[in-house]
Amino acid sequence: MTPATLSTPSALHIPIVEHTLANGLRVILSEDHATPIVAVNLWYHVGSANEREGRTGFAHLFEHMLFQGSEHVGANEHFELVQRAGGTLNGSTWLDRTNYYETVPAHQLELALWLEADRMGRLLPAMTQEKLDTQRDVVKNERRQTMDNQPYGTWWEKLPALCYPPDHPFHHSLIGSMEDLSAASLEDIAEFFRTYYTPDNAVLSIVGDFEPAAAMAMVEKHFGGIARGAGKPPLRPVELPPRFGGWHREVVEDEVATARTFLTFRIPPFGADGWYVASLLGAVLGMGEGARLPRALVREQMVAADAGAYTFELPKGADLLICDVTARPGVPLAIAMDALVAEIERIRRDGVTPAERERALALAESSWVIGLQSAGARADKLSQFATYFDNPHRVNEELARYGAVTLDDLQRMAQELLGEDNRVSLSYVPRVAVPEAA
Amino acid sequence: MSGASGGGAIESRAVRSGRIPTPTAVRPYQFPTVHRVTLGNGLTLVVAPMPRLPIVTAFALVNAGASADPAGREGLASLTAQSLDEGTGALDGAALTERFELLGTAFAANADWDSSVARLTVTPARLDAAFALFAQVVRAPSFPDRDVDRKRDERLDDLAQQLAEPHALADQRFTGFLYAPTARYARPGSGSTQSVTPLDAVAVREFHAQHYGPATTTLILVGDLTLERAVALAESRFGDWRTGATAPVSRTVDVAVPGRRAVILAKADAPQSELRVGHVGVPRSHPDYLAIVVMNAILGGLFSSRINLNLREKHAFTYGASSGYDWRRGAGPFVISTAVKSDITHRAVEEILREVDAMRAAPPSHDELTLATDYLAGVFPIRYESTSAVAGAIAGAEMFGLPPDWFATYRDSIQAITPAQVYAAAVAHVDPSRLLVLAVGDPAVITAPLEGLGIASIVTHPTTYDPTELV
Repeated sequence: MTPATLSTPSALHIPIVEHTLANGLRVILSEDHATPIVAVNLWYHVGSANEREGRTGFAHLFEHMLFQGSEHVGANEHFELVQRAGGTLNGSTWLDRTNYYETVPAHQLELALWLEADRMGRLLPAMTQEKLDTQRDVVKNERRQTMDNQPYGTWWEKLPALCYPPDHPFHHSLIGSMEDLSAASLEDIAEFFRTYYTPDNAVLSIVGDFEPAAAMAMVEKHFGGIARGAGKPPLRPVELPPRFGGWHREVVEDEVATARTFLTFRIPPFGADGWYVASLLGAVLGMGEGARLPRALVREQMVAADAGAYTFELPKGADLLICDVTARPGVPLAIAMDALVAEIERIRRDGVTPAERERALALAESSWVIGLQSAGARADKLSQFATYFDNPHRVNEELARYGAVTLDDLQRMAQELLGEDNRVSLSYVPRVAVPEAA
Repeated sequence: MSGASGGGAIESRAVRSGRIPTPTAVRPYQFPTVHRVTLGNGLTLVVAPMPRLPIVTAFALVNAGASADPAGREGLASLTAQSLDEGTGALDGAALTERFELLGTAFAANADWDSSVARLTVTPARLDAAFALFAQVVRAPSFPDRDVDRKRDERLDDLAQQLAEPHALADQRFTGFLYAPTARYARPGSGSTQSVTPLDAVAVREFHAQHYGPATTTLILVGDLTLERAVALAESRFGDWRTGATAPVSRTVDVAVPGRRAVILAKADAPQSELRVGHVGVPRSHPDYLAIVVMNAILGGLFSSRINLNLREKHAFTYGASSGYDWRRGAGPFVISTAVKSDITHRAVEEILREVDAMRAAPPSHDELTLATDYLAGVFPIRYESTSAVAGAIAGAEMFGLPPDWFATYRDSIQAITPAQVYAAAVAHVDPSRLLVLAVGDPAVITAPLEGLGIASIVTHPTTYDPTELV
């Protein structure tokens, strides 16, 4: 099998033009005149990894504050103006980046650019203690809703804590502890803004129905006058050994109906050659109902309700490959875990068949095209690749990178990285006893 | 903002600054052209060419949904759809899945209230092979006993899991308490534990034979293909399909329990309450449909809606709050949904009721109306960027029998809605005297304050209590 087996890779080519403003802002343009809409997407290269001790959750709380107005925009007016223009918008925070995005009718491009520029250039005049207090409470409710009152909801806080050492930037909670959220102050807001929300720490992607010269004139007009930053402090060291060095098992009793385990392997960082091998191995194991884990655990043995595998796409230090298996009600954790581990040992021993590799590549290709149908998704990919790899053109090489992975690569990686010396399992089991009185 | 939410959660500083950029000229937009063809055997084919990316979506829309489930066997339409790809001819389910996935696609099917849909999305180069398999699965599924039983047991497992998920539990039990226990809409579309347990391959085969056929099926093809190729594909794979299948008669679906009332499902130590407040809505065919859509956008449909701004941005009770009508051929639920910190549950309910009353007390302001109408009209092209979204929209239009110019006129129709129409829709279709309040939460914290509101009688049940299981 070679990349040539991909059916129509040339038709997926995304046109890309790059600019950099004098203040360091990277601008990526990609024209697509099929529909009169345009996506604006801004990545700031800052996430929870950049938080200092005692301020966990701050990057995410800060993202909420970016919708609370800027010098010329009122609280929540950003939402109102974009929706009134017929657009959609949001923002999100991840371990090492924060993004903000709008998709608007083509004739409203300048509105989206102006709104983003006003908060990049002039956020602080709009910040007040009252707004901070309100958003702090909103975020605390977000934490309750998505984690504390949700079965297995704490997994994405517990798993990074188990997989990265305590001093590592990816170790601590992205949404933060209630205590740290309470401690955040307006001075923290100002310092974080000045340090990280600068044009030279951002990528702006524009995708859709626009004229490049007119769009660049708008970008220059609204972003050109924003001052470059003074640089950001380096992250704490991110480098890690290639394997965990053992099998750390954590079992949590919780308000859940059935057992679930997240069997996790340390893999090369997102973007490395080895990452594509690990990602394709993950697809062989867990992408689609015909992948090994759903086929063996759900269909054949009927011990699991769900089984899949995915990565975190972390481009520094080390990424994670997670096999996520939910046992059927009444099936003990040990049974589901044994079935999962048997499949892992089988792939280490016997490798991957040509048909399995072909299946995974075909699914990867389709999901890539399906996922890039929206201008907003394409803009986000361009921002991601420019931010992480300093090269948005890599978007057009992604399928070829998967296609270059050989059966030998897959077997070698299964042997090297799926062994007992490279595992963390975070498991949830139903609480058996009546909860003790507090 | 007018009404009770006049706390000013939106500051209109940009408007006052005079700096908002002037839009450039509006660029024309057209929903993909929709072609309708009837094959010789009566099967309807709908094609929307959309050649921008190398991808095609195929839907088989069957005019038989959950509303057609026999009494006591609710969930049958759903189990039938979900068992389609468990085998056909010599291929078993595992082999079928592998065939589809080697073509880079996945077959999926589910039953909605009013129809069942089988679907896949694939690159044009693999369309012929994938579509051949798709047709075989839709027309001649083998429904092996063991695999149908497994699919049924997976549904039962899901129901057991939901008991531990406050959000899903609240959604499901809300309709259970809202409709009379004998109404089809009282039970989930995919059925409840009691109604799913007796289902088997015999029942599934019978449902398929009765309702899947050329007279009940609309084939929808959207994406990178021509009308000619679509017709040729449909003819070659479905042209010789002849069965006597007919559309089922829907049961009475929308009998409501009358009057205002409150239910607490007890989850001790819950850090939040999942709240649902609402009543039975109206059928999709109601002439006030567009006015109701705009009214709901103002009330709770948008981020900048009254309910979200009040509960989230003004009071910080929640991460988000919204309202919505579930559009079906019968009268589906109208429901306001949120999750709030336990100790202010009663205050959140109070604010929701206040917003409901305000919606009926006066027409919306011009600004509120245009925020909703400009959003709904403007966002239309953004909603339909993908082949599957366009196929979904076409399926909805077919299912509800919308006029052929529906997509072409939608944006103008929305823009024509007036404050008086919104006001009339609120008065006619939002009814405080019928509201059911349901909370999944900690009774020790929330019951007494809720009683203090004096809004309704309150009954408390364990989370395992399902009012539809007593019939």
